[in-house]
Amino acid sequence: MNKQLEFINVSLTYQTKKDEIKAIEKLSFNCNQGEFLSIIGPSGCGKTSILSLIAGLITPSSGKIIINGKDINKDNAKIELGYMLQKDQLFPWRTIEKNVFLPLEIKGINTKENKEYALHLLEKYGLIDFRKNYPSELSGGMRQRVALIRTLAYKPQLLLLDEPFSALDSQTRLSVCDDVYSIIKLEKKTAILVTHDISEAISMSDKIIVLSHRPAQVKSIFRPNLNGGSPLRNRESKDFGILFEKVWKELI
Amino acid sequence: MTKEKKYSKEHILFLKRERRETIIIWVARFAILGLLLALWEILANLGKIDIFITSSPSRILKTTISLLEENNLTYHMGVTLYETIMGFIIAVGLGYIIALALWWSERLRKVLEPYVVVLNSLPKIALGPIIIVWCGSGSKAIIFMAVLIGIIVAIITMLNGFLATDKDKILLLKAMGANKFQILTKLVIPGSFPTLISMLKISVGLSWVGSIMGEYLVSRAGLGYLIVYGGQVFKLDLVMSATIILCILATMMYLIIALLEKLLIKNTNY
Repeated sequence: MNKQLEFINVSLTYQTKKDEIKAIEKLSFNCNQGEFLSIIGPSGCGKTSILSLIAGLITPSSGKIIINGKDINKDNAKIELGYMLQKDQLFPWRTIEKNVFLPLEIKGINTKENKEYALHLLEKYGLIDFRKNYPSELSGGMRQRVALIRTLAYKPQLLLLDEPFSALDSQTRLSVCDDVYSIIKLEKKTAILVTHDISEAISMSDKIIVLSHRPAQVKSIFRPNLNGGSPLRNRESKDFGILFEKVWKELI
Repeated sequence: MTKEKKYSKEHILFLKRERRETIIIWVARFAILGLLLALWEILANLGKIDIFITSSPSRILKTTISLLEENNLTYHMGVTLYETIMGFIIAVGLGYIIALALWWSERLRKVLEPYVVVLNSLPKIALGPIIIVWCGSGSKAIIFMAVLIGIIVAIITMLNGFLATDKDKILLLKAMGANKFQILTKLVIPGSFPTLISMLKISVGLSWVGSIMGEYLVSRAGLGYLIVYGGQVFKLDLVMSATIILCILATMMYLIIALLEKLLIKNTNY
């Protein structure tokens, strides 16, 4: 399988007036194409920084980040990636379809063809009837699905998910988790999920990276392989509990 | 909602009660006004209060009509309206642009911060004499005063609105590859729309303060001029008439902004 993403000895130091903080030190891992990777670690260990690094929003103090064989901070490589955040971050003054078109507008690829693809996604995932509605008229779970479709609208190669379910109530959370998982798998996207929810990580991922306390380093790697077919089914697997125990012990 | 929808008895009763409550409130509002006017008129007619000092509703009405007949009132109203609206537009427009510039450049914002603070705390009327020397005693001076009073608040309000933009939404746009100009046009400006409306509401009031205060200081025309002139020659009928017309005009301008708000923020739940 192709390595889509590679971290090689990446370090990151934050500068503040009082101090300098080592957030990440010599972090190395990789993620294959089509893989669902979860990054889990104690709070404040720099998980979100890892996503910002991948998105090119911050540059590492040292080390290399390679996406599709290119050093993202050197080769001026433009990587199409989708970012999904804790809250859906839909723009309340835009209708659902206008929200989904937003990345197309930003990238200047607001063509008829691309718009149709975005609408096709809305239709495929049962949201087309709401295309003229405003986000406030939709439920939390639906909004999060719209947010995912917005990130898929410009066909990104890589999806970055920053605790995308943590703002939802626990009922909605399970079903949206299922939905998002199946959409990502259907569209054959590579996804990197940052979370502090162990069961979420186990139920969704092909691979889990457990990080240490700051400065973040890889503590251990798990490959769940539960074969349930969906996060909900995976939760029912008997290996789930055993794995949960193992990951949990790694975290403390 | 379809029109054929049938409501339950309870709902109809509820609606009735709501409607009755609204009617009561409006009746009470007018009753207070009517009662005050009647009391004023009666006391004035009975000689219990001195009409030379307090005037009376009937005299105010008479003065207003005679002012209208002499064609004087529309002229004075026109002058004040012109000054107020010009002051409002310039203060709001310029304030918005300056706030945009301050949002754009953090360095500029930091450099100019003490100036904004000083200008904000300075009572602008203290600059009256300077304005007269610079701009003369016509409408120009008064518009200048109105702008000076309105602009600082417009800048501060708008800048706070721009800066309150959700950091995560900015992050999201950046991850999409947006540049600063796109962040401004796609997110910061539309997102601060409610702030713009409240800024307009505040500015309407302030532009009236500016124009009337300006007319108090220097002028040969306008409602503020009528009020000051009436006070100096002890014609309280004139003072009261001009004040009431001012009330009506200011309320109307505020209502226009409120209507604008309703039209523009119809569906979007900010």
